[in-house]
Amino acid sequence: MAQAKLQPHQYMVLGLVSVCTPLGDSCLSRGMSQLPAITLAHPTSLIAAVFTPWIALGIALLIGYFASYLTALSWADLTFVMPAAGLGNVVLALLARFWLHDPISLERWAGIVLITVGVGFVAQGPSLTEHPVAEPEPVKEEAAQ
Amino acid sequence: MTVPFPIATAAFWATAAMIAAIVLTSTAGEVLTAAAMKSIGDLDEIRAESGLKGAIRAVVTCPLFFAGLGFLALSFFSLLFALNHMSVSFVAPASASLTLVTNAIAGKFFLKENVNRKRWISAVLVCIGVYFLAH
Repeated sequence: MAQAKLQPHQYMVLGLVSVCTPLGDSCLSRGMSQLPAITLAHPTSLIAAVFTPWIALGIALLIGYFASYLTALSWADLTFVMPAAGLGNVVLALLARFWLHDPISLERWAGIVLITVGVGFVAQGPSLTEHPVAEPEPVKEEAAQ
Repeated sequence: MTVPFPIATAAFWATAAMIAAIVLTSTAGEVLTAAAMKSIGDLDEIRAESGLKGAIRAVVTCPLFFAGLGFLALSFFSLLFALNHMSVSFVAPASASLTLVTNAIAGKFFLKENVNRKRWISAVLVCIGVYFLAH
């Protein structure tokens, strides 16, 4: 049975959900911005875009995200997993600050604090809604005749 | 993060339609996928009993999963289309933050999840946080 309190390996799965999404989206963005403008008149060019290197790397990262996401959804609520996935934006911003030495404005720090507090709020509660199992109605004893 | 077009122009409505397409298809896909995974059961337990092949078989034999996957694929191509016309710094946070709120609503009404006050506060805080982070 799924448990309301998470195990360490389940936190690791949620961590993968958080990290793979922003990295995958960044790769897709880089790949799509290098392509000429695509219009609805030629939708097949979207399919061809899938086979370019950056888009392919982005898709590989998003497949990793999807496998972790499906695993998380099998033992936690959607409304528990989604805010946890939002933590990925914080990871990306902190990587940019301390690894790439990009400056972070006051508004971005506010965003980091809000997301962290938001994830903290949802992490305090149970990860799964326990739905009561329908029990058969007790047979009513017929009134003594 | 600001809307890159003045309101009430064709470009504004095109932007709104692209974001709405991502948000609606993504929400439908995530709700259907979550319902599928709940009907399958704990994947960690299935993998422990039947191995990785058993876990994959359990997922790929669930019709609800493919319904969700269809909507997620639509959402993905809507995202690619939007990224081709707009900056990722606008598209990704706008769609991600709006999807958080629509998922909380859909989770409560379609999945009957216990979206208590803490989860609502969390969804709103993360939504505003994503907005600020992309500013």
